[in-house]
Amino acid sequence: MSAHAQGRAAPRTGRPGPLWALPGVAFFALFAALPMLLVAYLSFTHWGGLGDPAFAGLDNWTRLAGDPLMHRAVGLSLLLTVASWALQTPISLLLGVWAAGRQRGRAVLSAVFFLPLLLSSAAVAIIWRALLDPNFGPPAWIGPALGLGTPDPLGGGGSAFWVIVFVAAWQFIPLHMLLYQGGARQIPETLYQAARIDGAGRLRMFWHITLPQLRNTVTTSSVLMVVGSLTYFDTVLIMTDGGPGTDTTIVPYLMFRAGFRSWELGYASAIAFTLVIVATLIALVMVRLTGFGSMRSTREGM
Amino acid sequence: MTTPRVGTAAALAALTLLTATACGGGGSAQDSDEMHVWMYQDTLVVVQEGAVERFNADQGADGVQAVIDQVPGDNYVERLRTAMGSPQRPDVFFNWGSGSIAPYAEQGLLEPLDDHLAENPELAEAFLPSVLESGKVDGVQYGIPLRGTQPVVLFYNRAVFDDVGVEPPQTWDDVLTLVDEFTAADVTPFALAGADPWTEQMWLQYLVDRIGGPEVFARIAGGDSEGWRDPAVLEAAEMVADLVDRGAFGDSYASVSYTEGGASTLLSEGRAAMHLMGSWEYSTHLDQARDFAENDLGYVAFPPIPDGAGDPANIVGNPTNYFSVTADGPHLDRALEFLSYTAQDEYVADMVANGEVPTTADAEDVLADSPDPEFAVFQYELVRDAPHFQLSWDQALTPEVATPMVTEIEALFNGQRTPQEFVDALAAL
Repeated sequence: MSAHAQGRAAPRTGRPGPLWALPGVAFFALFAALPMLLVAYLSFTHWGGLGDPAFAGLDNWTRLAGDPLMHRAVGLSLLLTVASWALQTPISLLLGVWAAGRQRGRAVLSAVFFLPLLLSSAAVAIIWRALLDPNFGPPAWIGPALGLGTPDPLGGGGSAFWVIVFVAAWQFIPLHMLLYQGGARQIPETLYQAARIDGAGRLRMFWHITLPQLRNTVTTSSVLMVVGSLTYFDTVLIMTDGGPGTDTTIVPYLMFRAGFRSWELGYASAIAFTLVIVATLIALVMVRLTGFGSMRSTREGM
Repeated sequence: MTTPRVGTAAALAALTLLTATACGGGGSAQDSDEMHVWMYQDTLVVVQEGAVERFNADQGADGVQAVIDQVPGDNYVERLRTAMGSPQRPDVFFNWGSGSIAPYAEQGLLEPLDDHLAENPELAEAFLPSVLESGKVDGVQYGIPLRGTQPVVLFYNRAVFDDVGVEPPQTWDDVLTLVDEFTAADVTPFALAGADPWTEQMWLQYLVDRIGGPEVFARIAGGDSEGWRDPAVLEAAEMVADLVDRGAFGDSYASVSYTEGGASTLLSEGRAAMHLMGSWEYSTHLDQARDFAENDLGYVAFPPIPDGAGDPANIVGNPTNYFSVTADGPHLDRALEFLSYTAQDEYVADMVANGEVPTTADAEDVLADSPDPEFAVFQYELVRDAPHFQLSWDQALTPEVATPMVTEIEALFNGQRTPQEFVDALAAL
C-alpha cells in the first residue's frame, strides 16, 4: 500500500523547493531577525531614544551582571514560570481530558471555561484590578464581613506576585485545556476498549493510556507555558506596575522600565537580548529532553 | 542554483517594498492639513479645546486645522518621548518645563522661542516673569505657560472634620493629633494613592523642604547624589515611616490609583479626612463630585515643622505647565501663532471658570470670576508669597535617576525600606 502510493507520487513531489519557504523566511527576517540584530547592536550603546546611539562597549553588560534589581527579576521570573507551570498543567490537563469526552452538558461548560481566552490581556488585567480594589471592590465588604479588615492583595509584596500567577492561570488555562482536549480526542478508542476488556478502571486507563498518549501535547503545552511566563508582561504593567516597590518586577517588566521609564534603551536592549537567549535555550532543552524533536510516533506497534 | 538567487532577489524586492510603504506612511501623516497639539488628558483640557476652536475659526475653512490629541496621563511621558524620537512629532505639546524638556532641547528638537517673544512683546509681558523662567532650558525660552499654577496643598473634607469635631492642622503637632483622632473615629486620616508614587513624593518634597530648606534638593538636582545623605532627607523619611506606623494613610493604600480617581473618591465620600494633592484636585472634584466641591472641600497650606530650616511659606508642585513647539515642523509658523491664544482674554476667562489660577500678569483682577474666588485667591497668594516654588522632583531630575527614585519612595511608604535603607539606596543612584 505505502510502496504503491510512493511510486505514484514520486515524480511530482520530493522535497519542496526553497522558494516555498520564502514568505515565511522573509516575514521572520523582517519582523524577528532584523529587530533582534538591532537589539543586539543597541545593547552595546547608550541611547535615550533621541538622536544617535553612542557606543558604550560592554558597559550595559557589566551593569546587567551586577544589578541587584536584575538578579531579583530573574528569580521572580523563574518562580513565575515554575509556579505557572505547576498550577496550569494539572488543571488544564484534567479539564481538557474531561472536555474531550461525551458527557451531558459538556459543550456548555466547555464554552464557559473557554470564555477568558476571548478577552484581551489588558481587559483581563483591568477587570481583576477592579475586582481586587481594596476600597471600591468586593474586598471592601467581603473582608470586614469575615473580620479580616480590608485585604489589599495587590498592595502586599508577596500577595501581589501570587495574584499575577493566579490571573495568568485564569487567562491561559482555557488555551491549554483546548490543546489537551484536541490531544485526548486523537487517542484511538480501541486502546480504551482493549483496556476495558482487560478489566482496567477509569483511573488506570487515565494513568496508563491517556497520559502517555498525551506526551507530545504535554511538551507543546509546557513549552508554551514556560516561554509565555518568561515573557509575561501586560498583566504586570496594568495590575501592579512592577510594584509594590519592585516585588513584581519580572524581567520583561524591568526591560520596559529601563527602556521606557528611565530611557536607557541600551541597557533595556541588554536585558531583552538576555531574555531572548534564555527563553530560546530553555525551549530547546525542553524539546530535546522530552524527545519531542525526534517526532517518534505515540502509536508504535498499532 | 537558480532558485536561491531568485529567492534572494524576491526577498530583497519584498523588503524594499515593505520599507518603502512604511516610509510613505510616515511621510503622508506629516503632510496633512492638521496641526497636532498634544495634551495630557484630564478634565481641564476644555480650556485648550476652546483655544483650538478659536484658532481654527480664525484660520478659515481652507487653512491648517489644529487638532488636540488627548494622551492618557498614565503614560504621557513615554508616548511623548517615543513620538519625539520618530518622524511623527506633535507640532505643539504639553510639558512640565525645564527638566522635562531638557533632553529634547539638547537634541535640537525644540524651537527656541526667544525671537518670537522679541517680535511679540505683548505675549512675553502677558505672563509672570517668574513663571516664564521655568519654561527655559539653559537660559533659552522653550515653553509658554498654558495652565494655571498648581501648588500642592492639603485638602480636607469639612463634613468629616465637623463630625469628629476637630479643626484643620496649623502645626505638625496638630497633624499627629488629628491622625490619632481620625483613626479612633474609623476614618482614614489621609487619602493616599500608593499605586502612583508621585503622590507619595509630594509628602517627601514638603518634609525635606520644611526641614532642610530648598538647598537640600537643589544640591541633588545639581547631580550630586551624595546630597541624599543630608540629615534632612533621613529625618523626612523617618517622619514618613512614623506616619505610616500611626496609620495615617490607613492600611490599604498601596494599590490605590490616583489617575483612576481612587484617592479623590475616598476624600469626597468622607472615608478619608485629608488629601495632600496638587490644586488640580479642585477641578477633579468639581467634575466628579460637584456637591462636595462646592460645599465641603476645604484646604490649608502644608503646616510648618518645628525647628525646620525651610521657610514655611515655601511650596511644592508644578509652577505651571507649558506648550513647546517642535523645530522644523510643517506648520511651524501656525504653531507659533497658536501660542498667542494662551494669553487671550477668552482663554484666561476659561481657565478661571474651571477653577484654575492663571499665571498671566493681570490674573489677580479676574480671580473674582472664579467658581470659588476664595480658593483662587488662596492659591494666588500662596504662589505670590512663596520664596521658593519647588518643581516636582521627578520632573526636575533626569529619567535615569527619577525612575528608581520614585520606586524607592514607593518602597519607603510600603514599609519595604527603612528610612536608612531608603537614604542609602538613593545615594547609590
